[in-house]
Amino acid sequence: MMELNTQKMEDFKGRHKYFLAFVGVAFFLILLQLWYLQLIKGSDYRRLSENNRIRIRENPADRGMLLDRKGIVLARNRPSFEVYVVPEDLKGNPEVLARAGEMLDLAQDEIKEKLQSQKRRTPFKPVKIKSDIDWNELALLEFNRVHLPGLIVDVRPRRAYNYGNLASHLIGYLGEVDENELKESKGATYRMGALIGKYGVEHRWEGDLRGVDGGQQIEVDALGREIKPLRSIEPFPGNNVILTIDLDVQKVAEEAFQDKNGALIAMDPKKGRILAMVSKPSFDPDLFARNISPDEWESLIENPHHPLQNKGIQGQYPPGSVFKIITAIAGLESGAITPNTQLTCTGTYSYGGRDFRCWKEGGHGTLSLHRAIVESCDSYFYQVGLKAGVDVIAHYANEFGLGRTTGISLPHERPGIVPSTSWKKKRLGVPWYSGETLSLAVGQGYLSTTPLQLLMLISAIANGGRVYVPQVVERVEDIYGRPLKEYPPVELGKVNISENTLHIIQEALMGVVNEPHGTGWSCAVKGVRVAGKTGTAQVIRMAQNFKKGDMNRMPLKFRDHAWFVAYAPFEDPQISIAVLVEHGGFGAAAAAPIAKKVIEKYLNLVSQPPSKMTESAEDSIYDD
Amino acid sequence: MMIDRRLLIHFDWTLFGIVLLIASIGILNLYSTSSNAEVAGIPLYIKQVFWLLIGLAIMMGVAFIEYRFYADFAYVVYIVAFVLLVGVLGYGIITSGAQRWVKIGSLSFQPSEFIKISLILALAKFFQRPQHREGYSLKNLPFPFLLLLLPTVLILKQPDLGTAIILVLVFFSVLLFVKVRWSSLLILALTGAALLPILWSFLKEYQKRRIITFFNPDLDPLGAGYHLIQSKIAVGSGGIIGKGFMKGSQSKLGFLPEQQTDFIFSALGEEWGLIGSVILIGLYCALILWGLRIAVQSKDRFGAILAFGVAAMLFWHVFINIGMVLGMMPVVGIPLPLLSYGGSFLLSSLIGIGLLLNVSMRRYLF
Repeated sequence: MMELNTQKMEDFKGRHKYFLAFVGVAFFLILLQLWYLQLIKGSDYRRLSENNRIRIRENPADRGMLLDRKGIVLARNRPSFEVYVVPEDLKGNPEVLARAGEMLDLAQDEIKEKLQSQKRRTPFKPVKIKSDIDWNELALLEFNRVHLPGLIVDVRPRRAYNYGNLASHLIGYLGEVDENELKESKGATYRMGALIGKYGVEHRWEGDLRGVDGGQQIEVDALGREIKPLRSIEPFPGNNVILTIDLDVQKVAEEAFQDKNGALIAMDPKKGRILAMVSKPSFDPDLFARNISPDEWESLIENPHHPLQNKGIQGQYPPGSVFKIITAIAGLESGAITPNTQLTCTGTYSYGGRDFRCWKEGGHGTLSLHRAIVESCDSYFYQVGLKAGVDVIAHYANEFGLGRTTGISLPHERPGIVPSTSWKKKRLGVPWYSGETLSLAVGQGYLSTTPLQLLMLISAIANGGRVYVPQVVERVEDIYGRPLKEYPPVELGKVNISENTLHIIQEALMGVVNEPHGTGWSCAVKGVRVAGKTGTAQVIRMAQNFKKGDMNRMPLKFRDHAWFVAYAPFEDPQISIAVLVEHGGFGAAAAAPIAKKVIEKYLNLVSQPPSKMTESAEDSIYDD
Repeated sequence: MMIDRRLLIHFDWTLFGIVLLIASIGILNLYSTSSNAEVAGIPLYIKQVFWLLIGLAIMMGVAFIEYRFYADFAYVVYIVAFVLLVGVLGYGIITSGAQRWVKIGSLSFQPSEFIKISLILALAKFFQRPQHREGYSLKNLPFPFLLLLLPTVLILKQPDLGTAIILVLVFFSVLLFVKVRWSSLLILALTGAALLPILWSFLKEYQKRRIITFFNPDLDPLGAGYHLIQSKIAVGSGGIIGKGFMKGSQSKLGFLPEQQTDFIFSALGEEWGLIGSVILIGLYCALILWGLRIAVQSKDRFGAILAFGVAAMLFWHVFINIGMVLGMMPVVGIPLPLLSYGGSFLLSSLIGIGLLLNVSMRRYLF
C-alpha cells in the first residue's frame, strides 16, 4: 500500500461551493434558453418546422474578367437563366413536370433521370433541370408561373468568352469542382457543383478570379413560394486578370495558321511577356462553361490532333536545324571551330560506315560558319558536332534552358529531352554512339524541345543572352481597377557565352532571312531586318533514296514538322517568335510566312500606336 | 487487489442509477433518430447497445480495481495514449484521410477520446503532493503544461477542435481545483490575452474568416448558420410537451446536421419538448454535482483530483454541447455524454464514471 496523501484536503472543501455555484449558473442559463426557445418562441418555430420553411439560395460571385494587355475583355460573365425544381414541392402537383417538360422541350425521362441522380440531396434542395434557357422559354415559364408551383427560375453568372476559340489554351476552361479540389481548397469554400478553373490562366489564377460566393436563407410558404429573406450575405466579385497577350497580334497569329495544326508563341524578348500564344487545333472554352456533354468531350479527347493540348508548352518535338544555333555556339565556345573554319559539304557525310545526308542534293561545297548557318548546311554541322562532342553540345543546350521546364505559369508544361552520354547511360543503359552525335548536331535523334523552349532560346540570342521567365499575366486588378498584384519581368540569369559568339550568331541569323540563299527568306519584312532560323523535324527516318519532292506525296502524318524561330528588328528586338507547324514539311515554306505576318502586325502596332493604346505606348521604343 | 466485501456495501448506487437512466434515454432517442436513416447493416442504436454493454462491463472493472493502483501507472497510461495519438496522426498523414481513428481488427477507436482520461490521471498524479500554503506557483507548472500541450497540438492537427477545447478546459478546471496562486493565474491570463493578437496576426485571411464565422454563425447562413437555425427550429418546435416519440419532423427529414452525434439533443428537444429536456438536463446536473461531491468527500488528494477531473470533463461536454445546440455557443464538434452515438466516446465516458464510482466507494475505507 502506498502512502496516502491526505494533507490539505480541507482546501478542496473550501472551494467546493464556488464550483457548485458555477455549475448551477451554467445549467440555469441552459434552462433559460430552453424556456425562450420552446415556450416563448415555440409556436414560431413550430410554424417554421412544418413543411420546413427555411430554404437556402446560393448566390455565386461573379468571376473576375480576363483582359488583354490593352484592356480588351476576353472572358467575362453573362446572366444565364437556370430552371430548378424542388422535388418535395411537387408531391401535390405531379403534372407540373409534364407541363414544364413541354415548355422546355425536355423529355420526361430526362427530367426524371436528373431528379434521381441526386439521391443524397439535402431535403428541399432544388435540382437543376435545364440551364441557360432562351428568352422564349423564359417568357413561357414566367407567363405560366401560377401553374408551376415547385419550379424555380434563377439567374446565375455564366462564363462567356468574347472571341470563342481565340487563345483558348492560354485562357483555359472551367469545370465542375471534383472531390480532390474540394479537399484541397483551404481558403475558398466550394460547394458541390461549383465551377472551378481547370486549365490555363482560369486554373492558375483561380484564387484571384473566384471571388466569394454569397447566399440567402429564405422563408417560404407551404407551396414553396418565397415569403421573405431571413439572412443573406452578398457575393463578392473576383478580381480581373490582365494578360500579357495583345488581342490584335493574337488574332493575326490565329488566322495565319489557316487550317494547319501546330503552335505559335510570340513574346517581348526584353521582358519575357508573352504577346500571343496559339495552339492548333483549338477548342471552344464555352463548351466547358456550360457543362460539356459526354459526346463533345469524347470528340475532343479522341481527336488525333489533340485539341486540348497546349502544343506550345506540352508538345515535344525535335528542334531540327533550329538546334544548329546551339551546335554552333558549342563549337565556338569550346574552341572546336572558329568563325573562319572552312568545311566541305558534298551532299553526304560518311561516318562509321553510314552516309549522313545534307538536305541539299549535291552539297554546298566549302563554306564557313556564317554561310553554313545561313544555308543551314547539315554536313557542316555534322563535323562541328563531332569536333565539339555530345556533352559540350548538351551543356550549351542546358545553358539556354532546354531539357527543363521554363517555369511559365500554365499547367502541364513539359521539359523536353537534351541527351548526353550520362543521360543515355541512365535512361537506356547503353553507352552513347558517336554516330548519334551527328543526329544531335542537327537537332534530331533523342533531342526534343517545346516551342516555348525554342522561343526562350531565340529570345536570349536577341536580347544579349538574358533569360527571362515567360509570363502570361501582367497584373491583377480589383473590380474598381485598383492594382492588387503586379508581375514585373523576372530575369532568371545570363547565358554564359561570350559577346563575340553571340554577335556571330546574331549576324548569321540575320543572314538566314536577308542574304541570298538564306533559308528564311520567306520571312523577310520590308523595311525591317528580321533574324531567324528555319528547322525541319523528322517524324520518321527517310529511306536512303528519298527525294525532296516526295514529301508532298507522303501521308500527312509522316510528313516533317516545320519550325521557324525569329526576332525583329535586328538592331533593337521588340518581338521574338517561335512557330511550329505539325507535318508542315519544310520550315521555310510552312512556318516562316506565319511568323512574318505576326511580326509585321506587331511592329506596325508599336510603331504607330493608335490613340487608345495609351498604356503600351511607353513600350514602343521602336521607330522606323 | 482484493475485493473487500465492504466495497459492495459502499457501492454508489445513486451514481450508477443516474448513469443507467441517462444511457437508456440515449438508446431510446437514438432508436428514434436512426429509425429512418438509410444506413446499411446493423442499425445505429443496436451498435450503441453493444457499446453500452461493453462500456458498463469496463466501467465496473475500472471501479473495482483500487484507484491508487492507477496512480502508480498514471504516466504509463498517459504515454500509451499519447503514442496511439501520434500513431493515428502519422497513419492519417499517410492515407490523407480520416485522421481520428485507429483500427485494430474490426474495432476502430479514437485515441483522442482516451487522452482525456489519461490527462486527468496524469494531472491527479502530479498534483497529489500538495505545495505550501499559498498554492502552486508558475514554476511548478511547466510539466503539467507539457502534459496538456503535447496531445492538444496533435489533436488540433487532426483537426479536432472540440476535443482540444475540452482538454484545455479540463486542464484549467483542475488548476483552479488544486489551488494555483492568484498571482500566477493572473500572469497566465495576461500572457494569454497578450499572445492572442500576436497569434491572430499570424493567421491567414481564410483562417481568420473561419474563426469569425465560428463565433458568429450568422455570417455563414449557408453553412454553420443554416445548421444552427435548423437545430433551433427543431428544439423550439418541440414546445412544452414535444411532438412525441418518433414524430420529430426535423430529425426525420434529415434537416439536423450530425443528428446522431453532436446535434442529438435537438432531436430529443423536438420529440420530448421542454418537459423531456428539463428532465434530461436535471439528470446531467445531478450527475455532475454528485461527481463534485465525490471529489470533496474523497479521503486523499489523488482520488479527489481524479473525481473532480472526471466531473469537470462531463460538465464541459454537457454545457458546450447543449449550449451549441441551443445557439448559445459556437458550433464545435463536442458530443453529449451517454447520448451521442459513438463507441469510443461512450467508452471513455463510462471509464470516467467507473473512476468516479471507484473513488466514491472507497471514501470510507482508508
